[in-house]
Amino acid sequence: MAGNTFNATRSEKIFDICNAVIMLLIMVVTLYPFLNVLAISLNDSQDTVRGGIYIWPRELTWENYQTIFGYTGLIQGFKITILRTISGTLLGLVSASMLAYVLSRPDFKSRKFFSVFLALTMYFSGGLVPIYMLMRDLNLIGTFWIYILPGIVSAFNVFVIRSFIDNLPYALQESAKLDGANDFTIYWRVILPLCKPVLATIALFLAVGQWNAWFDTYLYNGSKPHLTTLQYELMKVLQSTNQGARMTNANDMANQMAQVSPESIKMAITIVVTIPILLVYPFLQRYFVSGMTLGAVKA
Amino acid sequence: METLSPNAAANESVTPAPQKKRGRGAWKTILQQKYLYLMSVPFIIWLFVFNYLPLMGWTMAFQNYKPAKGSYLEFSEQKWVGLENFIKLFQDDRFYLVLRNTLAMSVMGIIAGFVIPIAFAIFLNELKGKFFKRTVQTVSYLPHFVSWVVVAGIVTKMLSIEGGVVNDILMGLGFINEPIQFMAKGEWFWGIVTASDVWKETGWNAIIYLAAIAGIDKELYEAARVDGAGRFRQMWNITLPGIRTTISVLLIMSIGHLIGIGFEKQFQLSNSLVTDYSEVLDLYALEYGIKISRFSYGTAISIFTSVVSILLLLTANGVMKKLTKESIM
Repeated sequence: MAGNTFNATRSEKIFDICNAVIMLLIMVVTLYPFLNVLAISLNDSQDTVRGGIYIWPRELTWENYQTIFGYTGLIQGFKITILRTISGTLLGLVSASMLAYVLSRPDFKSRKFFSVFLALTMYFSGGLVPIYMLMRDLNLIGTFWIYILPGIVSAFNVFVIRSFIDNLPYALQESAKLDGANDFTIYWRVILPLCKPVLATIALFLAVGQWNAWFDTYLYNGSKPHLTTLQYELMKVLQSTNQGARMTNANDMANQMAQVSPESIKMAITIVVTIPILLVYPFLQRYFVSGMTLGAVKA
Repeated sequence: METLSPNAAANESVTPAPQKKRGRGAWKTILQQKYLYLMSVPFIIWLFVFNYLPLMGWTMAFQNYKPAKGSYLEFSEQKWVGLENFIKLFQDDRFYLVLRNTLAMSVMGIIAGFVIPIAFAIFLNELKGKFFKRTVQTVSYLPHFVSWVVVAGIVTKMLSIEGGVVNDILMGLGFINEPIQFMAKGEWFWGIVTASDVWKETGWNAIIYLAAIAGIDKELYEAARVDGAGRFRQMWNITLPGIRTTISVLLIMSIGHLIGIGFEKQFQLSNSLVTDYSEVLDLYALEYGIKISRFSYGTAISIFTSVVSILLLLTANGVMKKLTKESIM
């Protein structure tokens, strides 16, 4: 009997150690590429060509970063990306929270119809061509608004916020009503302040989506340098020297960059494009984990 | 979709809505709830414009659509051709190649995208040490927040023949004598897409399973330990059954996306050397529908994708309902 328990604890120990080692390996596989990119971006561009840079730069320099901030395309991309991230996130938050509040009101007369109307959009899409033609007919192609307008209402975000509101005590709304507050005041003064955690989650989703978007720039605004975005600039630079790259008519910036050391410069841009989001997400972890869970229960 | 309204009864006292005559009563409640309507109707109109209007564009697939004759919202001007575009589509050899690529990558994606995050969540749950566990978790979310543009750049770098770490390791271990050109060989493409997706999304997809695992009654594990069940036994007999509902719901949803898998990763990771393996339905629609302005043909491709997706979703839902009594509808 005693030997049996001894074996059990011993095999438990072995299990724990193996498990810890596997998890460490997973962390290494996840982190190594980022560290590698960072090291190359901080390494002298001529020296990088010799290879053998892993997680530590051999000849440390800031030169690559100084070089890339000299390119107008990247600066413009930064401006547009920041603008679309801020405005897209704010408008998305307003629309999702308002709709969520209205749909959470059990006494709202059109609640059922509006909910179904909204939910159906999660299961179908008109497809690439009809959407493209619609944007053309609305004269949105070649404008900044194409980054913002099509995605303002997202069913998933509305349902995540609504399940959060459903869990708030209804008595709060009642007492506000007795104090003479109208429905908008209740939304603004009572519901919104209580929704901060879930709004943080949705804000993160929206902001990441906007920051990382590239396809709308590629499809609609590829020929408009003043509407370029960071991801699109990065895409052009990364593909500029790749074998058989899609973008044969790479623009001037990409050509300039190809002449300087491609590798270190490419990696420096990658870091610049990636870092803002990586700095933000760990602080919002608590929120998005609960937000994802709410969304899963609902959807 | 309907949620619980715990206070529905209490609410009646807040807005008593006496409806005597139907017509006038309806207007009265709309007036009473004017703020609620003001706060929702604009967005409903929005949804109609950006999500429902494109459906009217499906008419283009049955026409020989010429943009010069006006938008599809005024479709009377166009020449109707019946199913001609679909017949052309089903006669195109490229279509079957693209369909094969789409199905291959989505089946690989579903298998890997389910098994690996579930396994990761279960093993992470068994990990000792709160701080260690949290660190692993935080690190695992990281790649999810990075765009496919960046991931494709990173993957290309890691797999490159000049100092790519994968080739370095394979050579160092003596598995190969010279570096493999992963990105230039079509046969590798499906695997690269699947592996990149696993690298990017495993941590994120595990969130839901971890939440489901956290909801399992701890006493079940206690009881199992008393009965002498080892760790693997506990995972198999308690954790897995405990998250079965979550797994089935997510599985149904992803089968609905079987052929609408998106195209971001394929677009970013591919190059002209591997298009026979990388082109998926959406990219095919982009190439033929927009780039060379065969709008009607492109729409036919999109309709095919949407209709098959919905049929798959309904089938998956039905089959799951029969097998496990779980469903999403």
